[in-house]
Amino acid sequence: MELKLPIYLDNNATTPMDPRVLEAMLPYFTEKFGNAASRNHSFGWVAEEAVDYAREQVAKLINADPKEIIFTSGATEGDNLAIKGVFEMYATKGNHIITCTTEHKAVLDTCKHIEKAGGQVTYLPVLADGLIDVNELEKAITDKTILIAIMYGNNETGVIQPVREISKIARKHGVLFFTDATQAVGKIPVDVNADGIDLMTFSGHKMYGPKGVGALYVRRKNPRVKVTAQMDGGGHERGMRSGTLNVPAIVGLGKACELCMNEMDAEAKHLSIMRDRLEKALMQIEETYVNGNTEHRLPHVCNISFKYVEGEGLMMGFNKNIALSSGSACTSASLEPSYVLKALGLGDDLAHSSLRFGLGRFTTDEQIDFTIKAVTDTVLKLREMSPLWEMFKEGVDINAIEWAHH
Amino acid sequence: MAYSEKVIDHYSNPKNVGTLDKSKTNVGTGLVGAPECGDVMRLQIEVDEESGLIKDAKFKTFGCGSAIASSSLATEWLKGKSVDQALAIDNMDIVEELNLPPVKIHCSVLAEDAIKAAINDYRVKNGLPELVAEKSAH
Repeated sequence: MELKLPIYLDNNATTPMDPRVLEAMLPYFTEKFGNAASRNHSFGWVAEEAVDYAREQVAKLINADPKEIIFTSGATEGDNLAIKGVFEMYATKGNHIITCTTEHKAVLDTCKHIEKAGGQVTYLPVLADGLIDVNELEKAITDKTILIAIMYGNNETGVIQPVREISKIARKHGVLFFTDATQAVGKIPVDVNADGIDLMTFSGHKMYGPKGVGALYVRRKNPRVKVTAQMDGGGHERGMRSGTLNVPAIVGLGKACELCMNEMDAEAKHLSIMRDRLEKALMQIEETYVNGNTEHRLPHVCNISFKYVEGEGLMMGFNKNIALSSGSACTSASLEPSYVLKALGLGDDLAHSSLRFGLGRFTTDEQIDFTIKAVTDTVLKLREMSPLWEMFKEGVDINAIEWAHH
Repeated sequence: MAYSEKVIDHYSNPKNVGTLDKSKTNVGTGLVGAPECGDVMRLQIEVDEESGLIKDAKFKTFGCGSAIASSSLATEWLKGKSVDQALAIDNMDIVEELNLPPVKIHCSVLAEDAIKAAINDYRVKNGLPELVAEKSAH
């Protein structure tokens, strides 16, 4: 197959939309434009029917009942609605939430908001491999705890948390369990019943669907969960999320879920083979480290630190041809490297030296070959230019040097 | 963020990468930045003892493309200058030459610091008093 450049290896940021999804969506922009809430004419009925069908497609992928699916604008809205909604709905039961330090900002910043609103939040640390310690989780539960919010798979490292152990502890203590499964749904089997999940958010554009649409799963039985709406209006989505439904995007999300349902097994296998090949080849380079647990990990992700070279400088060596992400924060104004990698106990130097590879449905073997060569060549070239590499090779203890910090 | 062509050129074809013998009295070495901050620059000058001019300059940099370009440019500018002329190099000259965006100004500051640190090292080795930085860089 001919190599097509540039290569996209940033599928954790967003995925390209599958052409089959676009095809399903198109009629709902023009001739089937109705408002799904219009009950009195055929335009509304057609839209409502499409939404109902999409709701079934989404529910099926996660083994939920269609009535348990609330359509949102994306995972961030779902994080906000789940956490703030539970905090308000269950205020009489308690005000304590447990989360962890490697969560997405949409969870962490929502938790900060909860603290300002008088809530208590425990931020569990993670172990060096990125997993939480479930014993520590259980110890953190108090009689005021109402919610555990722990993500399914991490966006930077791909590490998969022990969701079933977490839900078991949550059930035992009568605490609700919410998970941000944005990176996991559609990539690995997620089953809200087998996994014991009470609330779960995910997004269309991470699974080859459109941007601006997502879903929040809210359990209806054992226990029946309710969240306080965060937007007032027409009482759509069982009163939990007002606002005219984005019919074309919802149709797209449904189609994306259906495709993932049918193709996930083969796709995950294929992606993990390519990912492992990439990782193995890059690990041939000296002083290179994989970040996060490699056993409990999403099939399409790897995060590697190339010691003694800086991530952004590294990407510049090939970013005309390869798109990926770095844990270096040199591009941001904060100059702070990835908080997720730091939570794993990585020093700032290793966090600055990291690259995240996110493979996807349209990644090819030829692209992986090209990437292995380009990354390897650039690492070697930059190390020749790196004073730290020279010191390391001369046996100088870099940590013993008194660096002048900015 | 798109890089300027000059930054890309220095990054792709860096000038004067290498190491001078730091034990020589006419070589001054400056090592600035910190691995934790994502930038470390080592800049060296070799002064011709008769003319007092900088006859060679080398660098090695751990950092982003702008940091590499700033140090590469600095070594180019240093060669052929007297030590006093070298002291006059201002970080804003580097910003202007490389079209650095605001978030990358610290790379130019680091390059200026590296020049001053190399000159100070040279001065101390040759029995001259260390110059005190006139402005706080960070």
